Amino acid sequence: MLKVDKLNQYYGGSHILRNLSFEVPLGVTTLLGRNGVGKTTLLKTLMGLVPAASGNVVFDGREITRAPSYERVRAGIGYVPQGREIFPRLTVEENLLMGLATRPRGTAVPERVFGMFPVLRQMLGRRGGDLSGGQQQQLAIGRALAFGPRLLILDEPTEGIQPSIIKDIERAIRSLAETGEMAILLVEQYYDFARSLADHYLVMERGEIVMRGAGADMDADGVREALSV
Amino acid sequence: MTQSERIAPSATVPARRFDAAGILPWAVFALLAAVPLIAPHFGLEYYVGFVRHMLIVAIAATSLNVILGYGGMVALGHAGFVGVGAYAAVALVEAGVGSAWLAWGGALAAGAVFAALTGAVSLRTRGVYFLMITLAFAQMLYYLAVSLRTYGGDDGYGLYTPLSLGWLDGVHGDVFYWVVLALAALVFALASRLAVSRFGHALMGIRDNETRMAALGYPVYRIKLAAFTGAGALAGLAGGLLASHNAFVSPSLMHWTESATLLVMVVLGGRGRRWGAPLGVAIWYTLAEVLKINTEYWHWPLGLMLLLVVFLAPRGVAALFERRRGEG
Repeated sequence: MLKVDKLNQYYGGSHILRNLSFEVPLGVTTLLGRNGVGKTTLLKTLMGLVPAASGNVVFDGREITRAPSYERVRAGIGYVPQGREIFPRLTVEENLLMGLATRPRGTAVPERVFGMFPVLRQMLGRRGGDLSGGQQQQLAIGRALAFGPRLLILDEPTEGIQPSIIKDIERAIRSLAETGEMAILLVEQYYDFARSLADHYLVMERGEIVMRGAGADMDADGVREALSV
Repeated sequence: MTQSERIAPSATVPARRFDAAGILPWAVFALLAAVPLIAPHFGLEYYVGFVRHMLIVAIAATSLNVILGYGGMVALGHAGFVGVGAYAAVALVEAGVGSAWLAWGGALAAGAVFAALTGAVSLRTRGVYFLMITLAFAQMLYYLAVSLRTYGGDDGYGLYTPLSLGWLDGVHGDVFYWVVLALAALVFALASRLAVSRFGHALMGIRDNETRMAALGYPVYRIKLAAFTGAGALAGLAGGLLASHNAFVSPSLMHWTESATLLVMVVLGGRGRRWGAPLGVAIWYTLAEVLKINTEYWHWPLGLMLLLVVFLAPRGVAALFERRRGEG
């Protein structure tokens, strides 16, 4: 679904992404790597939030390397940024409606979102800022799902979240993958979470993909060891 | 059907409260409509013009509040749009246009065009750079107007041709007052509507975090440019009205201190607050007027009073009312 070819990115003089090439097929692809290897930069480049220096990004057969962010969303890419970034002063309902930018006026938030995260329905009239961290994370995922993306990019959704909600998020991601219609690119540092969801995995180190394979082989391939300091 | 019903029929969403305080500003409008009928009986004809002037400035301030308050764009060139509108109206009148509506329409269009052109450049910058660029554009206009011999240059230009309001002519001596009041009401209604619209929410989202909005699929630059152009159009309209009000235009309309005063009035009233701009204008003009009657040196007590307001209501006077209503 998503194909990245020889992607390069620099911050000032430092080379952040080095000739990255990989694919994200249907199902869950987890991208693992230690802090500072360029994971978030990669996601921002995929979303067009920082321009790519060179290389190609092809989504669904369409070249989007130079496309502005909103066109990538319109093409069907949903993004859940690190740190959730919900709108604290808007209600849960308004936050979800914000996710419908690319849909015609008056489009409803799909029932599926509430099916996955029932707590959002209970909290519909509350302000985003009044929610707990875990609820905010669910809201951020719900917001990204509202317009019905075909590729969902999640940047460390378990960061600072309590275990019971991590389970909810895990269930939600799995249910999305099981529809067989969505590709999910999950950036994680939490190995067990990534391992339990991954159909495919990628390991990044200093701006390069150093390991890749099937999710089921993660233990055998020694991915956990590769990530431990 | 409301949005919430469409989302989830079973959800427990608190119903939108009937907003008694939301009616108050419109009641003030109704009272203002009576000013030209009442004032002459008390020998206060002067205040008809005073309120009219205030309403025109409130239109300009409201347009600034859209980009400053909702959009988070701190522009220091808003008087430039007002000036463009005023000079456009004058140019049209001198070209033989006799209809006030056409002159004001031209002012609105000129404001929009100028805002679109300067916005296309300045909106590529942020923060203090944006402020400096908008200031620079307004200063260019100022010096352009100073050098425009055709329209009096530095001395300004009198607008002696009476303009026609169409069928409204001769209805009442103060018909222009009601026209301004109606236009102001229309602009405020538009701005209020904006605050709860999809476009308004997108604009406020951009104010809070541009990157996040881009990642959600909003064309950030286009939305900002649309808001900037709309604000420029309304400021241009205010300029056209001001030209009619004063029957005079001069470059001082566009002096940067005018832009700064507009900023102060909006911040004073409450930026991003629905009634912040007209409230700020009303407070500013009323304070200035009261002080001017009592002292020639009205600037420093005005400054002191503004300091006081800022300390007591750092988020604007309008925020005080909202807090009392439990919105905070």
